[in-house]
Amino acid sequence: MTRYFTDEHEWIEVEGTTATVGITDYAQGQLGDIVFAEVPAVGTTLSKGGDAAVVESVKAASDVYAPVSGTVTEGNDALADDPALVNSDPEGAGWFFKLELSDPSELDGLMDAAAYKAFVDSL
Amino acid sequence: MSDDTDMLELPLGDWHRAKGARMVSFAGYAMPIQYEGIMAEHQWTRESAGLFDVSHMGQLILSGEGVAAALEKLVPGDISALKEGRMRYSLLLGADGGVLDDLMVTATPTGLYVVVNGAVKHQDIAYLRANLPAAIDINHLEDRALLALQGPKAVEAISRVIPGVDQLYFMEADLFLWGEVPLWISRSGYTGEDGVEISVPAEEVQALADALCAQPEVKPIGLGARDSLRLEAGLPLYGHDMDPSTDPVEGNASFAISKRRREEGGFNGADRILKALAEGPSRKLVGLSVEGKMPVREGAPIFAGELQVGTVTSGGFAPSVGAPIAMGYVAAGHNSIGTALEAEVRGKRVPLAVAAMPFIPHRYHRRAISSQAKA
Repeated sequence: MTRYFTDEHEWIEVEGTTATVGITDYAQGQLGDIVFAEVPAVGTTLSKGGDAAVVESVKAASDVYAPVSGTVTEGNDALADDPALVNSDPEGAGWFFKLELSDPSELDGLMDAAAYKAFVDSL
Repeated sequence: MSDDTDMLELPLGDWHRAKGARMVSFAGYAMPIQYEGIMAEHQWTRESAGLFDVSHMGQLILSGEGVAAALEKLVPGDISALKEGRMRYSLLLGADGGVLDDLMVTATPTGLYVVVNGAVKHQDIAYLRANLPAAIDINHLEDRALLALQGPKAVEAISRVIPGVDQLYFMEADLFLWGEVPLWISRSGYTGEDGVEISVPAEEVQALADALCAQPEVKPIGLGARDSLRLEAGLPLYGHDMDPSTDPVEGNASFAISKRRREEGGFNGADRILKALAEGPSRKLVGLSVEGKMPVREGAPIFAGELQVGTVTSGGFAPSVGAPIAMGYVAAGHNSIGTALEAEVRGKRVPLAVAAMPFIPHRYHRRAISSQAKA
């Protein structure tokens, strides 16, 4: 398994051609208290960089973008009842959706953990 | 993230940063949106006492012979009847009766102390200058900061620092001395809770903020919680829930049109406003309860079936309600309490119901009715 990161503060963990997507700890810290999360329906086709999910803090709604293209295979239903999972465990139980990659080569442009940490430190 | 460089600095800017605040641009100033988190800060204010820096707001003293009568041309409240140390909420009206700002007016020994919104304070001052007689002085107190201490334990906490504040009732104000520092303190606020607002010389505000935060009941609270608290309290935010296109009756502020003024008129837009009072406004600002968990925010259209009947002007998650709530303008015929409507959010319909405001009961420290009569 390999975990990649985007400059929009999503993480994507890849195993073969399937992947799990969420937002990073840095992102949840910036958003603050999460009160609502909307995940894409199974079967939704996502294109890299396009809107994939929505996360809402007390203050505002934010889009979660698809780190790569693919088809949604599962949404995290737990977020409907407990959106605060995104705050408490953003890079674990607070995942948003899983997808089947349509073009694994898109992963090449993403950051690894060390590069993402350096990117966040530069902000 | 906002760019720090084009924001103006308030006297407590570095104090907020040292307390761990995240700063954002608001009304042109760098201001704290949150410290530990909006939800926790909101709850703390409802249960204890929160200290808010609202130094961006405009503090004015209007003075001169006949100042109350002069201001009454521009506001629909009975300013002439205000006794010293009493305050009221009012609305600055454009020539057509549209709301240019909402404000607080207090009668003081030196004139009318008026607090206006930060985002429009400079245009308010220009408007007042252009529309008040030359004999009326407008003094913009730019050397004063403004703090609000709000919550059920606010008055207990501040009275330990400044004895006697607990003698004020809701919408009363007086001059207090903190050592040698003159403070103008009113029992008022923007959260629905008991509490006070404190006008303090800018050079003393940091020491006062420290003295208040040294009380165990008090924590600093950011603008994020200020917004969720005022929304639950059903209090409008100027520029969102009211603007120059709305009149006071539409804006659910008929209470601010005093009895004598209703009878006599003589204020900007009186024809339009008194007609709306008599016949009912064509649309009205109402509370909206939201079904489910998805927040419905400013700008969302409101529908009755296929017909758009309104627009949300403020909305978000309400921590003390435990659900999303909103405010918005809804057309006559669709705005009575309990009416089922829908908002549209990202292409989906969300069920709403017109709700009574406030969403959380006000807990003001009012005088008994019996004592109001002689006060």
